[in-house]
Amino acid sequence: MTLLSTQGLTKSFGGLHAVRNVDFNLPEGQIRALIGPNGAGKSTFVGTVIGRLRASSGDVLFDGRSISHLPAHRRIGLGIAYTFQITSVFERLSVHENVALGVRRSGGSDTETEPRVRQALSRTGLLDRADSHAGDLSYGHQRLLEIAMGLGQNPRLFIMDEPTQGLSESEIAEFKSLIRSLAGDTTILLIEHNMNVVMETADIVTVLNFGEVLAEGSPAEIRADRLVQDAYFGTVSGA
Amino acid sequence: MKQHNLHGSVLAVLFLAFFVMPEYHDGVFARIMVLAVYAVGYNLLFGYTGLLSLGHALFFATGMYGLALPMQHLDMGPVPAFLTGLAAAAMMSLAVGFLALRTTGVAFMIVTLMFAQAGFLTILYFGEYTRGDEGFVIQQADRMIAGLDFSDPTTRYFAAFCIFAAAFLFIAWLMRTSFGKCLVAIRENEDRARMLGYDVQLHKLLSITLSGVISGASGAAYAFLFGYAGATFASVQYSILPLLWVLLGGAGTTIGPLIGTAFAFYLVDFSSEITDAHLLVVGAAIVLLTLFAPQGLAGELRRRLFAWLP
Repeated sequence: MTLLSTQGLTKSFGGLHAVRNVDFNLPEGQIRALIGPNGAGKSTFVGTVIGRLRASSGDVLFDGRSISHLPAHRRIGLGIAYTFQITSVFERLSVHENVALGVRRSGGSDTETEPRVRQALSRTGLLDRADSHAGDLSYGHQRLLEIAMGLGQNPRLFIMDEPTQGLSESEIAEFKSLIRSLAGDTTILLIEHNMNVVMETADIVTVLNFGEVLAEGSPAEIRADRLVQDAYFGTVSGA
Repeated sequence: MKQHNLHGSVLAVLFLAFFVMPEYHDGVFARIMVLAVYAVGYNLLFGYTGLLSLGHALFFATGMYGLALPMQHLDMGPVPAFLTGLAAAAMMSLAVGFLALRTTGVAFMIVTLMFAQAGFLTILYFGEYTRGDEGFVIQQADRMIAGLDFSDPTTRYFAAFCIFAAAFLFIAWLMRTSFGKCLVAIRENEDRARMLGYDVQLHKLLSITLSGVISGASGAAYAFLFGYAGATFASVQYSILPLLWVLLGGAGTTIGPLIGTAFAFYLVDFSSEITDAHLLVVGAAIVLLTLFAPQGLAGELRRRLFAWLP
């Protein structure tokens, strides 16, 4: 079943088509990576999906319903979690409260939400830092906290905008195993620059270039695709 | 638990203080407690939600005139008049919030300031009923509920105590609910709160409305307990005062508004005894506090000694 799809999704800034006529289908339970060179429109695309940006035209459907008219918070209320490309946490609040804010939104008493908060913290390895201020965490841990905030919401669709940016090699390894452990429970849309992460975690890869879908397929297919190599890896055809 | 003890102790001290303090200070403290309610209301919007309004005098005065005008012109009893004051403040803050929240930051400050000025001028314009700057007195005979004379210093002190306790405990409770915690989240990082699925605009609107109602309750209680309503209370000065009190006491703390209001009162009181230029002393104190305790007195205590301070 398709959980998220877009039909003819377009976002223009003045004369620039950052996202152009994108048809996109993401089946439930899949881990999908969205890749493309800088400026390909990846963040703009998810921005219009999540409602931070208003699409110029086209439609976004979640679970079969059009959500194009909904403001961002309502879309998130339907079961979409989103992590920011540039780390955005509540720096002066505790790590625990950061996650609890996400868990609590869907309601329930403290006794009901507490196990979910602890679970999200332990899955991301932040449990022993629960009482620290989020702003005191290292950059890598703040990235993990963003993911914990998303996990706490029990999302049906989890959109992560470059989650491994700035992580160390060992943290990236932990991130990959975390993503694999989520497989099957949650549908994941991953914007990612680290090809290693993409190849090891994604079921299907979608490549954007100049705001359009350039190719779509399994990691192996994408790696072999000549057009993708041209656009993304910078190799020249026939060279 | 510590928080409950703290709030209980603060109220116990205020209650017992009446029997210990000289009569003069009982009178001062009755006024401080009523105006601390105003600061409590302001703190909800500024300290907890992170919205700086420069127009709260409008809500204070709406509560004040919402009580005083019906009592003066319609012979309404104090209890329904008080409720009228609250309802008027609720409607006013809801309407102002609905419009002013279309702006943010400096624009929000300016828009709230303009609304308050419009309110102030409206009060002057209808001088026939409001008596403008001169104001009017609510007669002692009207300040009676169930045989109790609220112009009597003892009754007045405990009435002020009750209304302060209600506002104080309400905020202490509110900030432990998920609604209150969301307000803090909005203050800390509005975009993040929205992307966790919170309706930021709705939370802000409710915050400004609750803040307006509490400020209005203070205005209504002030008019009733001290028997006077005048346009001065709608002037810019009365929009700045709660900001000052909250900053001095500690924004975003439950006890900050009371501490700040009491501190400001006694600072003026104390400095007027030693010099005519008492505002100079007040100004110097504010500069010193800004330099050495930028988070206010309660905020500084929280930072240095009691991290659990609510």
